[in-house]
Amino acid sequence: MSDDLKSGSNLEKVLKAGHFAFTGECGPPKGANVEHLKEKVAHLKGVVDAVNVTDNQTAVVRMSSWAASTIMVQEGVEPNFQMVCRDRNRLAMMSDILGVSAMGVRNMLCLSGDHQRFGNHPQAKNVFDIDSMQLIALAKQMRDDGTFMNDEEIDVPPKLFIGAASNPFAEPHEFRVYRLAKKITAGAEFIQTQCIYNMDRFREFMKQAVDMGLTEKCSILAGVTPMKSVGMAKYMAKMVPGMDVPDPLIQRLQGAGKGKVAEEGIRFALEQIQEFQEMEGVAGVHLMAIEWEHRVPEIAERAGMLPRPVV
Amino acid sequence: MIIADRKPLKEILEMIQDCDRILLVGCKGCVTVCNVGGAKEVGILASALKIARKKEGRPLEVDERTLERQCDPEYVEQIKGVVDSYDAVVSMACGVGPQFLSTAYPNQRFFPAVNTTSFGGAVQHGVWEERCAGCGQCVIHYFGGMCPIARCSKSLLNGPCGGSAGGKCEISKDVDCIWDLIVRKKMEQGRLEDLMDVKPAKSWDTARDGGPRRSVREELVQ
Repeated sequence: MSDDLKSGSNLEKVLKAGHFAFTGECGPPKGANVEHLKEKVAHLKGVVDAVNVTDNQTAVVRMSSWAASTIMVQEGVEPNFQMVCRDRNRLAMMSDILGVSAMGVRNMLCLSGDHQRFGNHPQAKNVFDIDSMQLIALAKQMRDDGTFMNDEEIDVPPKLFIGAASNPFAEPHEFRVYRLAKKITAGAEFIQTQCIYNMDRFREFMKQAVDMGLTEKCSILAGVTPMKSVGMAKYMAKMVPGMDVPDPLIQRLQGAGKGKVAEEGIRFALEQIQEFQEMEGVAGVHLMAIEWEHRVPEIAERAGMLPRPVV
Repeated sequence: MIIADRKPLKEILEMIQDCDRILLVGCKGCVTVCNVGGAKEVGILASALKIARKKEGRPLEVDERTLERQCDPEYVEQIKGVVDSYDAVVSMACGVGPQFLSTAYPNQRFFPAVNTTSFGGAVQHGVWEERCAGCGQCVIHYFGGMCPIARCSKSLLNGPCGGSAGGKCEISKDVDCIWDLIVRKKMEQGRLEDLMDVKPAKSWDTARDGGPRRSVREELVQ
């Protein structure tokens, strides 16, 4: 089995052993507050198979994702290092890929990145030297061919399990499964989807992916973010492009009553996780509990995700 | 053509605050077509500057000229006899114009009255949009005749990002998602397979990233 492993990461081993994967997420601090990061990460230790470390998410500057990833490695929690195309050119990307690999990071998620207009430095110049598809291909080339983009040889190639994102809810809907197929062709070995709320749309997307044989080539982890409040649901529905929050879900949260909305949000997430475990082609769940890391152990327990497999 | 927008009057007034007499130079090229720096706009700005300065109690003398083009030494030469008699010269051409003027007349000061924004065209009366990023290696034929380098906010070459919704870009409801248009056009043509290949990383060495560009037509060089 180990001969087939590309990176030897825990996430890769869990998926290749056929377990239903469960990953979490942690945003680095807006500062050099290592203690705060360690505290957030501690909630996830042993509860998830890997933790996504976001890269200046929503274009708000934070501690670098590679630095936070290496801190996680030191804390004994496996990071999934996120890299966006907005802030780095190909030189910096290759350099950081080698850097994280040298520091023991074994998973990487390749993303376009939110436009800087959303963030706290909208005056910034963006880079987008390459796009997320090309970043996937670059990571694969570096690892499998042992060469840089210019085909020069790498002195000890990086070892990374290569992931990408997919948003089944963005438009045009018709192209979404093809874009997923392209990412797999480029080299993505696992996919984490955008937060899912529209289950009908996701079922349809997964059926397409299964019919095209994509789920045999790549592990798809379904994205889940529990709604903490009605305000959060309304904000996501109206303000976040590419997010699909159906009205019945908002009404369900509204109907939960005062002080009970968060619990209702968790219940919906648990129902989703239950369905994903049975849905053909879904290889795991990616739980993005935004600034709610301390609730992840409880959600994992109630979802029947514990204990995590040791592989 | 090159698209530009007029700078705010306040900014232009600040540039020339120490001047009593200026030459305002328009251009009959692109900025005339996009109604920002032709003879008509020169006249409007000249009046606005004079009125503003009169209000301040420091009248400004403004002479007006509109050259055939400011990006050509042959036409730039037409103001040779008068240019140094002014306190400053304000150009209403794109960013190219005042640079050609500055080179031709090293003793004079030149100020830009417009902000050059993009290469594009008119999509309706009074509305101009960007179409080209001048990357030096045109690839629009891969994308249904539409340029994702200039028109996608992230210059993506492999399809729409996760922020495309309702045909609009994630950055603004006023910006079309060009990838939505590319995909829809390919679907209507029954040629969606054209978009299935993973487009490799682009070489930017022909773009501005490779340094300032220069085009030479050997047959014309004397």
